[in-house]
Amino acid sequence: MLAAFIIVFREVMEAGLIVGIVLAATEGIRHRAPYLWGGVLAGVGGACIVAACIGALSAAFQGNGQDVFNAGILCFAVVMLGLHSVWMARHGREMARQMREMGSAVAAGDSTLLAMAIVVAVAILREGSEVVLFLYGVAASAHLGAVAIISGSALGIAAGAAISWLLYRGLLTIPVSRLFSVTSGLIALLAAGMAGQAAALLANDGIIPAFGYQLWDTSWLLSTGSLVGKALQALVGYSDRPMGVQLVAYLATLATLVLLSKYAGKTRVLQKQEI
Amino acid sequence: MANPPSPALTLRNHGFTPDHIIVPAGTRFKIRVTNHDSTPDEFESPALRVEKIVVPGQTITVFAGPLSPGSYVFYDDYHPETAHGVAEAK
Repeated sequence: MLAAFIIVFREVMEAGLIVGIVLAATEGIRHRAPYLWGGVLAGVGGACIVAACIGALSAAFQGNGQDVFNAGILCFAVVMLGLHSVWMARHGREMARQMREMGSAVAAGDSTLLAMAIVVAVAILREGSEVVLFLYGVAASAHLGAVAIISGSALGIAAGAAISWLLYRGLLTIPVSRLFSVTSGLIALLAAGMAGQAAALLANDGIIPAFGYQLWDTSWLLSTGSLVGKALQALVGYSDRPMGVQLVAYLATLATLVLLSKYAGKTRVLQKQEI
Repeated sequence: MANPPSPALTLRNHGFTPDHIIVPAGTRFKIRVTNHDSTPDEFESPALRVEKIVVPGQTITVFAGPLSPGSYVFYDDYHPETAHGVAEAK
């Protein structure tokens, strides 16, 4: 039961951390619940579909299908996080002002909610397909320990969801005036980490050049195999032995999102001044 | 890179055969993993930086290295208690 708990918790925690940041970053946007729950459902449904097709997926792209697929959905999520950064640069200050004055914001942001729902779906799909396959294996082998393994897995899912909720509530303790600057920074790091992981997946299969397979080695200090290492990998893209192309993708994405949010915010101010 | 050896592993009864392989240090290499169990497995090793699902009857190939000489643990993430092994780079 403990083994099952740990296996499932590790996967759900990774998705949960991303969802926690998304929840904080969308605080105060009207009608967010149906979008984000839709993202959760799409992620779970997608995970089941991926799990069902995993054999065919693996065989695709000369046996690199799993990596190419994961890199693809990660890149898609990075673009969605970029769209959110632009939206937040335009509306974040106004929302923070409303939340200070009225206790809640009323910004309508269907475009950014759709983008963030996709990020939630991708995060759950990616980790969820591994959980689905694990549970399928348990169910298919149907041995005596199955009940304990299923209970352990259920607890793992609950604990992962609790981490997500705690991160969300923890972020909300940040004063409203600074909340969206913090979440924008976290979103930029999240996107950079995803872009880096996507690049590493493709480079590992020789699809893109690696520019060095190991720039440095900090696995003695913090291994990405450990729980903390895995959490930092999901949150800020930590890698104990990054590839060159991984670092390039990381820094390029981080710089793009930071510049994008600044530039997008500025054009908005200029437009207002012109009027 | 002149054809580095590519060790082959099989998973049966949720255990690896062999559970100790020699891989070349300082170069890229492949490991092939075949799943002879009736349920999916996940070949994983943070030390080798690989993570890939293997469905029953399927053979996957993962790429790793270049490694410094030493021992690198790998395991089946779905059955880590019984299915684990060591890749020794030299």
